[in-house]
Amino acid sequence: MARHVIAKVDELEVGKSKLVKVAGRDIALFNVKGEFFAIANRCPHEGADLCRGQVVGLAESDEPGKYRMTRHGELVRCPWHGWEFDIRTGKSWCDPARTRVKSFDVSVAKGGALAEGPYQAETFPVSIDEDYVIVEI
Amino acid sequence: MTETQTLERPVEAKTKFNLIDCDIHPSMKTPAEMHPYLSQRWRDHLATYGGHTRQGLSETLSHPRMVPEVSRVDSWPPAGGPPGSDLPFLREQHLDGLGIDIGVLVPLRFNASGQRHPDFAAAIATAINDWQVGKFLEPEPRLRGSIVATQEDPEKAVAEINRRSSDKRFVQILLPPRSIEPLGKRRHWPIFEAAVSHGLPISLHVGGVGGHQATGAGWPSYYIEEHHSQVQTMQSVIASLIFEGVFEHFPGLKISFVEGGFSWLPAFGWRMDKAWAAMRDEVPHVKRLPSEYLKKNVWFTTQPMEEPNPAKNLTDTLNWIGTDRLMFSTDYPHWDFDDPRYAFKVPLSAAEKTAIFAGNAVNFYGLN
Amino acid sequence: MNEMVRSLGNEPGLSTIGGIDCDLHPASPATTTLLSYLDDYWRETFIMRGVDRMSLAMTASPPRAPINVRSDWKAASGFAGDTLEAVRAQALDPFGTRLAICNVLHGSMIMHSDDMAAALCGAVNEWLAREWLDKEPRLRGSIIVSAQNAELAVAEIEKRAADSRFVQVMILAQNDEPLGRRRYWPIYEAAARNRLPLCIHAGGSNRHAPTATGWPSFFVEAYVAQASIFESQLLSLIAEGVFHKVPDLKVVFAESGFTWLPSFFWRADKTWRGVRAETPWVTEQPSDIVKRHVRFTLQPVEAPLETDALARTLDHIDCNDILLFSTDYPHAQFEGVNALSARFGETLAKKILIDNPLATYPRIAADFRKEAAR
Repeated sequence: MARHVIAKVDELEVGKSKLVKVAGRDIALFNVKGEFFAIANRCPHEGADLCRGQVVGLAESDEPGKYRMTRHGELVRCPWHGWEFDIRTGKSWCDPARTRVKSFDVSVAKGGALAEGPYQAETFPVSIDEDYVIVEI
Repeated sequence: MTETQTLERPVEAKTKFNLIDCDIHPSMKTPAEMHPYLSQRWRDHLATYGGHTRQGLSETLSHPRMVPEVSRVDSWPPAGGPPGSDLPFLREQHLDGLGIDIGVLVPLRFNASGQRHPDFAAAIATAINDWQVGKFLEPEPRLRGSIVATQEDPEKAVAEINRRSSDKRFVQILLPPRSIEPLGKRRHWPIFEAAVSHGLPISLHVGGVGGHQATGAGWPSYYIEEHHSQVQTMQSVIASLIFEGVFEHFPGLKISFVEGGFSWLPAFGWRMDKAWAAMRDEVPHVKRLPSEYLKKNVWFTTQPMEEPNPAKNLTDTLNWIGTDRLMFSTDYPHWDFDDPRYAFKVPLSAAEKTAIFAGNAVNFYGLN
Repeated sequence: MNEMVRSLGNEPGLSTIGGIDCDLHPASPATTTLLSYLDDYWRETFIMRGVDRMSLAMTASPPRAPINVRSDWKAASGFAGDTLEAVRAQALDPFGTRLAICNVLHGSMIMHSDDMAAALCGAVNEWLAREWLDKEPRLRGSIIVSAQNAELAVAEIEKRAADSRFVQVMILAQNDEPLGRRRYWPIYEAAARNRLPLCIHAGGSNRHAPTATGWPSFFVEAYVAQASIFESQLLSLIAEGVFHKVPDLKVVFAESGFTWLPSFFWRADKTWRGVRAETPWVTEQPSDIVKRHVRFTLQPVEAPLETDALARTLDHIDCNDILLFSTDYPHAQFEGVNALSARFGETLAKKILIDNPLATYPRIAADFRKEAAR
């Protein structure tokens, strides 16, 4: 398990996603209302890039004809077949037990703090004063 | 329950192609792309009246889809325009990206057969065909065209088919399954005659605006129902072709059903067989079991792939239909796209792969 | 070829003794017969208008079409099942039927006037009670209603439900609109309230084309299309959330066929994953909803005899609870008394003959319990 610096916090706006390649993996990084989440990029169904999917809320209902939108910005719809995945867990909404993508632990740290730990910044230089997104793989 | 059978069908495997995509949707950056191919009279008509089809909404399909332009979110060209409208990007993402040797264009825009003004319908059909040549077939040799023909006006349809038949880049005649009357009706037979005489297969891609309710049960409320209704529509087209005696009269006619699924075919054939056995005195012109025609005259494209749970159940379906009947398609750039690498969740033999991904289409279109 | 045609219907059968026949058709009554079951307004105006001389047979189920009258059951009238004696001798005794549900296919369900439709449906139900159920204890009835006016349908259900021999509500497969739509919900609520499953039987009004491609030329084509209509209805009931709104509702598809179910499941389940946000009340895959709420009468069994197709199809359906025994008498779905193909096997046969009908029809189950207590 290693920790990788994968992005600057301010390069990914709220509601946006980004593909990062780290440790030989394709990871879809999401900014959900200021929190960062990382899941495997490849949809387990037919292999589409989840980082390209629409970020949506969860449509729910208590009875036919009643609509409720909750958890705004916390799901991603696969860009092809529209299967919804929970960005926080990687589980698909329709079949959480069997259809899921790997979810990675993500944290945010100041560049200054990074100098102390065993981090791997593969793609860009780290400056002391900025915030960075770190994923554990 | 018995064990799943292994696939055991003779398949002709020889082809120089590895991957043929039978369903690619080209589109326009703007409707003005049509202008060079329309006379001033029809440009004016288009500008003034727009399309006038047999449905309530003029600019959109009856049921809004769940994603813009019915398309993969990742298929929007970086250079702008809707998915399928930018040839360089279509090449890069699709033809090169997947290694497609031959891609068959299925243009759906303007719905020529669904236009109520018969002369406008014919002008649109001709323009769409010219547009395919100008925008796609001239610059990209891997692409093939579909002859858009006005099903509701067989005379004009035949004229258009005749006009295109010498251009071998057009590999099929394209008709919509949703029509005013079922396809097998005798008024459509001149189209079959033209198809057979030019050695052109006919392809039915889901859709069309025939003016009837989208299901035999009436108009559904939701897209999930309208999407599924394409299956029932294809069923009624097949029943019509068989029970009207089309395949008896035109034994060489080849018809493909595109994007309507295929796993329903076995049970539908069994149902037709049983009903025909009871009532064949009503249709004495039908000489064989209906399911026999299914093995001889009709083909199916694979997308949207059938995905049973467990996946292995698909093997039964493939055995019942015959892997010589199936032709791979992606439906690019539409949302329910299938990727050739991952679409089949059951193992296929090498010969079956060759057949489904290329060989059957070579036979169907006569490509070699 | 003739050999093959025969083989479509002729195969070894399992014993059906003691079974519950969930789809039996007494010949529909002549309109004159119904006069005495109508109130004086309808009786007198029907005579005035000559309605009493009209046949109310439906184009969707012409009673003399070969599929609708098996040749060896046909009476001199050209119909079958038109007397109680015939039904006893041809449908109840030979199969050893313990109980049979009478589904009367009658044009009353499709009249354009809501009031006339309701009056005629009420008369047919009354006729069924007096002429059939009163006289033969092995018979049960379906309350026929016209679905187009839910208020009138509910009134008929509430009125008839007091008679426990009526065990379900019956409507036709093709109506003005898909059956999931909200205009029909009061019917479903009334059915569930009275512990009556809703039977949807093949047939319909033909007020619009039976296919999305228009009107087919031949009856055989229209008959085949009935299964397509059932598929659309099944998805309508699911997508509109009928089973969410009326969780106790059981639906019985009668004469729909069932071998199309696997393909329906595969496509509906797959598409639901991509578009379920459109109908967020559908929180389970469609196939699971069907397995819990929808049942299918046995006949017609549509699968070739000479292969293992039926066994494989049952394996694909993967649910032993959904088939209900039916002869579909006097329709021509099989030969001899082989209503229950040996291909189903003994274990499933018992489910189909007795267990599944009892689990579906609370009123029949109550009868069985009473009888057992005696």
